[in-house]
Amino acid sequence: MSTLTPGFADPVLDAQATFRAVLEAMSRPGRIQRAGTGLRPPAPMMPAAAAVLLALADSGTTLWQDAGTDAEAWLRFHCGAPFAAMPAEAAFVLATGAPPVIADLNAGSEEEPERGATLIVQVAALEEGAGWRLSGPGIEREHRLAVTGLPSDFVAAWARNRGRFPRGVDVILCAGERIAALPRTVAIAEG
Amino acid sequence: MAVLARASGEEIAALMPELPAHERLRAPETGLVMVRGRAGGDGNAFNLGEMTVTRCAVRLGETVGHAYVAGRDKRQAELAAVLDAALQDPARRDALMAAVIAPLATRQTASRDADARRAAATKVEFLAMQTTR
Repeated sequence: MSTLTPGFADPVLDAQATFRAVLEAMSRPGRIQRAGTGLRPPAPMMPAAAAVLLALADSGTTLWQDAGTDAEAWLRFHCGAPFAAMPAEAAFVLATGAPPVIADLNAGSEEEPERGATLIVQVAALEEGAGWRLSGPGIEREHRLAVTGLPSDFVAAWARNRGRFPRGVDVILCAGERIAALPRTVAIAEG
Repeated sequence: MAVLARASGEEIAALMPELPAHERLRAPETGLVMVRGRAGGDGNAFNLGEMTVTRCAVRLGETVGHAYVAGRDKRQAELAAVLDAALQDPARRDALMAAVIAPLATRQTASRDADARRAAATKVEFLAMQTTR
């Protein structure tokens, strides 16, 4: 209990600002937005990942996380979200270490693709202008995003995720206070 | 906590001039809570109605204090949460109980007794009327 730290300073405005940042990130895949400035979540959770969960998760969404008991207590207190035993059952999956296999997560159904899970991955660094070439809805020609700290098979797993559209998993990448999103429609080409 | 829940924010503040430094984990916020009732003790539970509740959570050093109080008195919720945290500390507990909780409890008992006496004075003993006839 002693490790509990405050959540948003202004629950309404900060949650709205974070929601806006996630919306911008999802509509313009690969463009970096800021979220979670001033948050002090328990380690190893990053401010951006914590802010995204504070804004999006509540008692109606199941959560799965690998950040340990301090993070779980913090999320329980501030989000009030129920925790799932397995990543496959969760609506929001927070990965601070190696991300779970995307194919194992809930991808929604053909009738209700919006029920697909959102995977929040903490990575070491996010940088625009180099690395992956992203294309798809929300990108005029291509957008470049360099991500440090993802497993090497991520791009192949992502291609399979994109192949089962409209079902699929959306990913939000977090590094410190920076976020970038990969909605299920985006195509990633390496180099 | 029952004593603090019945006291008003001003009453607690008057007895607690200096508030220990604390950190707000959840700033005082007001919401609605569904009150459920049960007819006759063995009937089905039903929703009686919603009531306004203000809640607050603070951290005082290593301890966390929570408070849920009826009404919209944010000051009362915060003070009650701070006291909840402070009373968990054995070093401060006795002094605070004597300085804050005991006077509030005495005042509340006195006021409840006064109300009870005022009501008792108007009580009609139907049985007594029968016997006087």
